[in-house]
Amino acid sequence: MNVSFRLNGKDVELSNISATTTLLDWLRIDQNLHGTKEGCNEGDCGACSVIVTDETSAKALNACILFLPQLDGKAIRTVEGISAPDGTPHPVQTEMINHHGSQCGFCTPGFVVSMATAHLNGDTDHDVALAGNLCRCTGYAPIIRAAKAAENAPVPAHMVETPPILRAKPKEKDLVPTDLEGFANWYEANPETTLIAGATDVGLWLTKHFSDLGQTAFLNRIPELRGISETDDEIHVGAMTTLTELLETMKTKHPSFATLIKRYGSTQVRNAATIGGNIANGSPIGDGPPALIALDATLHLRKGSTTRQMPIADYFIEYGKQDRDSGEFVTGVSIPKAVDNLHCYKLSKRFDQDISAVCGCIWIELDDDTISKVRLAYGGMAGIPKRAKHAEDMLRGKTWSEDTIRNAMDEMTKDFAPLSDMRASAKYRMQTAQNMLLRVWYERNGQTTSVHEVTP
Amino acid sequence: MSIAKPLPHDAAALHVNGSARYVDDIPTPNGTLHLAFGTSPVAAGTLNSMNLNAVRATEGVITVLTASDLEFDADVSPSAHDEPLLAEQTVAYVGQPTFLVIAESHIAARKAARLAQYDITEGTPIFTIEEALAANSRFEDGPRIYAKGDAKAHLVSAAQSITGSISMGGQEHFYLEGQAAFALPGENGDVLVHSSTQHPTEIQHKVAHAIGKPMHAVRVETRRMGGGFGGKESQGNALAVACAIAALKTGKPCKMRYDRDDDMIITGKRHDFRIDYNCGFDNDGLIQAIDVKHYTRCGWAQDLSLPVADRAMLHADNAYNLPNIRIESHRLKTNIQSATAYRGFGGPQGMLGMERIVDHIAQTLGVDPAIVRQKNYYASGGSLTGKMKPQTTPYGQEVTDSIVAELTDTLMSSSDYSTRRATVDEWNSNNQIIKRGIAMTPVKFGISFTLTHLNQAGALVHVYQDGSIHLNHGGTEMGQGLFQKVAQVAASRFGVPIENIKISATDTAKVPNTSATAASSGTDLNGMAVKIACDKIRDRIAAHFAELHDCNAADVSFSKGHVRVAAKSYRFSEVAQIAYQARISLSATGFYKTPDIQWDRIKGQGRPFFYFAYGAAITEVAIDTLTGENRILRTDILHDAGASINPALDIGQIEGGYVQGAGWLTTEELVWDQKGRLRTHTPSTYKIPACSDRPDIFNVDLWDGENAADTIFKSKAVGEPPFMLGVSAFFALSDAISACGPIFADLQAPATAEEVLAAIGRTQDV
Repeated sequence: MNVSFRLNGKDVELSNISATTTLLDWLRIDQNLHGTKEGCNEGDCGACSVIVTDETSAKALNACILFLPQLDGKAIRTVEGISAPDGTPHPVQTEMINHHGSQCGFCTPGFVVSMATAHLNGDTDHDVALAGNLCRCTGYAPIIRAAKAAENAPVPAHMVETPPILRAKPKEKDLVPTDLEGFANWYEANPETTLIAGATDVGLWLTKHFSDLGQTAFLNRIPELRGISETDDEIHVGAMTTLTELLETMKTKHPSFATLIKRYGSTQVRNAATIGGNIANGSPIGDGPPALIALDATLHLRKGSTTRQMPIADYFIEYGKQDRDSGEFVTGVSIPKAVDNLHCYKLSKRFDQDISAVCGCIWIELDDDTISKVRLAYGGMAGIPKRAKHAEDMLRGKTWSEDTIRNAMDEMTKDFAPLSDMRASAKYRMQTAQNMLLRVWYERNGQTTSVHEVTP
Repeated sequence: MSIAKPLPHDAAALHVNGSARYVDDIPTPNGTLHLAFGTSPVAAGTLNSMNLNAVRATEGVITVLTASDLEFDADVSPSAHDEPLLAEQTVAYVGQPTFLVIAESHIAARKAARLAQYDITEGTPIFTIEEALAANSRFEDGPRIYAKGDAKAHLVSAAQSITGSISMGGQEHFYLEGQAAFALPGENGDVLVHSSTQHPTEIQHKVAHAIGKPMHAVRVETRRMGGGFGGKESQGNALAVACAIAALKTGKPCKMRYDRDDDMIITGKRHDFRIDYNCGFDNDGLIQAIDVKHYTRCGWAQDLSLPVADRAMLHADNAYNLPNIRIESHRLKTNIQSATAYRGFGGPQGMLGMERIVDHIAQTLGVDPAIVRQKNYYASGGSLTGKMKPQTTPYGQEVTDSIVAELTDTLMSSSDYSTRRATVDEWNSNNQIIKRGIAMTPVKFGISFTLTHLNQAGALVHVYQDGSIHLNHGGTEMGQGLFQKVAQVAASRFGVPIENIKISATDTAKVPNTSATAASSGTDLNGMAVKIACDKIRDRIAAHFAELHDCNAADVSFSKGHVRVAAKSYRFSEVAQIAYQARISLSATGFYKTPDIQWDRIKGQGRPFFYFAYGAAITEVAIDTLTGENRILRTDILHDAGASINPALDIGQIEGGYVQGAGWLTTEELVWDQKGRLRTHTPSTYKIPACSDRPDIFNVDLWDGENAADTIFKSKAVGEPPFMLGVSAFFALSDAISACGPIFADLQAPATAEEVLAAIGRTQDV
C-alpha cells in the first residue's frame, strides 16, 4: 500500500508497505527511532504513545496497535519531536526533570507524549489523560506534580500543526474506501475481508495471535460512517464514531454513560476505538452494548444496498455468534431521545483502564412511584451482553421500594449463570450484579454510594 | 558539596526526550538475528519428543536449537544448577523454555515458536501448598526453624490467645522494559553481552559456563534497565546465555527480548505465602508468645528461594520485641514459574504475617491496632543507657538503633491521626454504604545480604588530565538513581561539580566479581567503594601538592572545583594537569566490604544485618460495601533514609515503593488455572496501580537523623524498605471492613474488591 503522513514535521511518503505494519514497528525497526517504547504490545501500558493530529484534533494513540494505513494524511509526533526543533525542551519535559518524574525512564517517553498532548489541548484532567500510561517506579505522584507545574506554560509553536492534505482518492480504493455505497457493494462481494476500524482489538490479533488478517479494509475514510447526528426523536451514532467522540455527546445526554465511557480503556484507546467495533465484535464484556441496550438503542446494518435494523440486544445471539450476515456490516446505532433514567456501573479489579468483571446498565423510569419502564442490561454475566428479564418482570409495574428491589435481586439468579475466571468468581459477579440494583435505590435516595464521592 | 542535594536522576534529560538507551535500543549491525523460546504447554511431564518441522519451515527462521544441540552445560540457575536453558527429559511448568528459535526478525521468531508439536507424557503436577506438603515436595530436607525463648509454654500461660492464617499472593514485577539481551560474537570465541540485568557478573559467569570458556572470554555491559525490582537479578540469565550461544553458533549478533506475555509466563515472580499463627498476649495487647509457620510456593526450581524464605523469617518480628517466638519455614517445590527476588525479598511476606497478628490482637481486644503496635515496639536505641542490655531479634541480633517509636510519634502527630480516627469512626456510624478505615503500620528492615560474602563492592575511578572524571562501579542502574548518588559521592570527594563526573555503564571488564544490585545495598556498597577509590587519588594529589608547597597533605583541600593549598588555589583541571606531568597515577580502584556481620542461616543466629532502616505509614481508605470497591484517600509517610545523599531520589523510592506495595496487597492478583497455566499474563488481566490509584493526598517526609552505623555519609539504604509501607493500605481496608460487623473478617491478600466484599460478608457471618 501507499501511505503518506507527516512525522515530526517532515513529510513521509511510503509505498509498497504491508497494510498491517504497526506504527511502532515501523518507527523502531525501519526508522531506528527508539524513543517510542514497546511495553506490552497490546495498548495497555502507553509506553508507545504518539500524538496524531488529523483535521479535527490532536490526540494520543498507542503506536503498537495502530496500522500505517490508519495514519494516511495525518501528522504524527513522537517523543523525538516533542522538544522544539532547536532543542528547547517542552514545558512538560522540563517539569518532569524538575519534579523527578522519571526513574527507570522506560515509560517516560509515553508519559511525556500523553502530557504534551493534554497540554496542547488545554486538558488539565491529568488522571484521565494519563490513565493509559503505566509507571512501575514512581507511584505517579511526581508525574502529576510535573503535569500541574506545566499547565500554564504556553504551547510551543511547533506543537500546533496542520495535517498534510489528504489525497482525495487513495490508490487502493477498495482497501481504503471513501464512499459508503461503493464499500457496501465491494464488501458484499468480498465478505472474507477483515474490516479495520480503530484496531484496538484487531491489532492484538496480529501482535499477540499472529493471525493472518488476509484481505483488509480500513473504514476510517467513509464519511457516512462517522460522527453523531440528532433528530427530534433520536441520536444517531455512526459506527466509526470513536469512544472519545461519544463520551463528549453523552456528557449532556446521559451522564452516567459518559462516566462509564470515561473508564472504557484509556484516553489512547478511546481515541482509536469505535462504537461500531465495540458492538460488532460481539464481546460479552464490551462496555458499550449494556448501556446501549439499557438505552433501548437500535442497531443499523447494511449488506450491499440492503439495510436493516434491530433492537441492539437482538444482535447478540450467543457467545461468538451475532445476527450479522456474511458481507453485512454495522453502520451505526441510534438512541431514542428520552429524559435520562440511566445508571451505569462498571466493576473491575482496577478503577481505570480495566476490562469489566461486571458492567451493569440500568434504566428505571417511574410513573409517580410505580415503575413504568425498566431495562436491566449486563455485561460479564453471560456469553453475550444480556438483559435480566426475570428481574425486569419483577420490577415492571411495581411500587418503587426497597422491597421491590430486593425481590428483583432474588429473581436475577434466574437470569444469569455467570462464569468464574481471572477477573471474578461467579458468586461475586452475581452478588454485585444484584447489588447494582440496590445501588440505584440508595443513589436515588441521596445516599453516598461511591468511594469517589468521599474525601479524606 | 554535592551531598544531600536533590539533584535529578542522572539520565532524566535523556528519559524525557526518548534518547536514554535500553538494550533493545542499541543500534544493531546488519544481519542481527532475533531469538524466541518455545515453551512447555504442560506443567509436569516427560518430554518424549518435539516435532519442530513447522517451526523450522516458518519464513525467516534460520535455525532451531534444542537441549541436545547445546555443546556445553547451559544452566541458568543462580543457585542450585537446576535450570537447564532448554528442557531436557522433563518439563516442570507451563512456560518452561523447550527450544530456541533463531530467526531474522523478532516477530518471525515469536511466530515460529508457537508452532511446535509436543509429545509429552503428562505427570501429576503439584500446585498447592497442601499438595506439596503431602508429597513432601520441597527444597532443603525439611523446614527451617528459628526460635527464641519458649513459645510453647508462653502460649499456654498467656491471658489471651488467637489462632489464624493469612494467605498472600505473589506479585509480577511488571518492569516496563521486558527482559532483554544482545550478544556480539568476538574473535577467538569471545563474546560481548549487553544485558538488562541487576547482576552482570552472574550473567558473565553463566554465559562463560554455557559456552565452555573462562569468565575472561565474556564481557557484560549494562547501562540501565527499564525497571528491575528484583526481577532482573537472575531472570535475565536465560536470555543472555541463549544470545551468546546463538551468536557463537551463527557468527552473527543475536538479540532476544521477551514479549510481555512471554515475560510474564516464563519468568519468576514474588513468592506467595500462607502464614499460620498462634499468638498469646496479655489483656493490654502485650505479646507474650508467637508460633508462626511460613509456607511458600517456590515454583519448579530453587533460584533464590532459600534466602527469600530466610529473609521472611528474619522479618517475622517486624518492629516488635517478641520474647518468645518460634518460626517454622517450608520452602515448597511446585510446578509453576520459579519464584524469584522481588523488592523486599521475603521481608514483606514475613512482615505482613506479623502485622496481621497485631491487627487480629487489636480487633480481639477491641482497641485501636495503632496502640497495640506501639505497645510492642522494640525499645529505642536512644533509650538504652549504661548497662541496659539491648533487646534482641528472634535470631539473636541486638536492636540498638531503633527509632521506630519516636518516628511513629512524630508521624501520628503530623498526620493528625487521633482526630482522623475519630472522624472515621463517626463517618462509619452515620453511613451505610461507604465505610472508611485508617491504619498505621511500621517498618523495620534489615540491611545487608544475608549471604555474608555478597556484601562487597568494587569501583574504578579515573581522573583525566583535563580534570574530567570517569566513574565506574559494580552497581547497576534500574531507575533507583544509584548512579547519580554515587556520582555525588565522587563529586564531593574531589570537590568538583557533578558535571565533571562521567557516569559509565556497568562493565564486568572494569570492575570484576560484583554482587547483584539488590538487597537495597547499591549505594551503601558502591558508594563506599567509590569513596575509597576517589580518596586514593585525592591522597596522591594532596601528597604531591603538599610537597610542592611544603606543607602537610592534610592542609590540601578540595572544594568548589578548586584545590587549595597554602595560600594558593588551583582549578581542578590545572591540578589534574600538574599531577599528570608529575607522573602521579590518576586512576584507582576501590574495594569495600561491610564490617561487623556474621550469620549462621541454619542455626538462625548471628548478626546478619549491619543496621536496620525504619519507617511508618498511615493510610486512610474508603470501601464500598455493595461491591468491595475501594480507594486510598490519604497516605502519610515518615521514612528513615539516614542522612540522605539525595532527598529527591530517596523520596522517589518511598513514593514508588509505597504504591507498588499497596498494589501487591490490593489489585495485583496472579491467577493460575487448574492446568497450571497463568491466566494473568498481560496488563489487561494483571492490574498494577494506575495513575488514579495513588493516594489523593500523599505526604512523604524523611526522618531527620543519621545512620548510627558507619555508612556512606551516614545515609541508609532505601530501595526496598518503603515497599512495606504499603502494608498500611491493607490494614486500613481491614479497619474499614471491621466497621461492617462484629466478627473478625480474616481479610486475605490481595484484598481485591472481591476479597473485600467477601470479608465484609464474614463480619456478619454470611
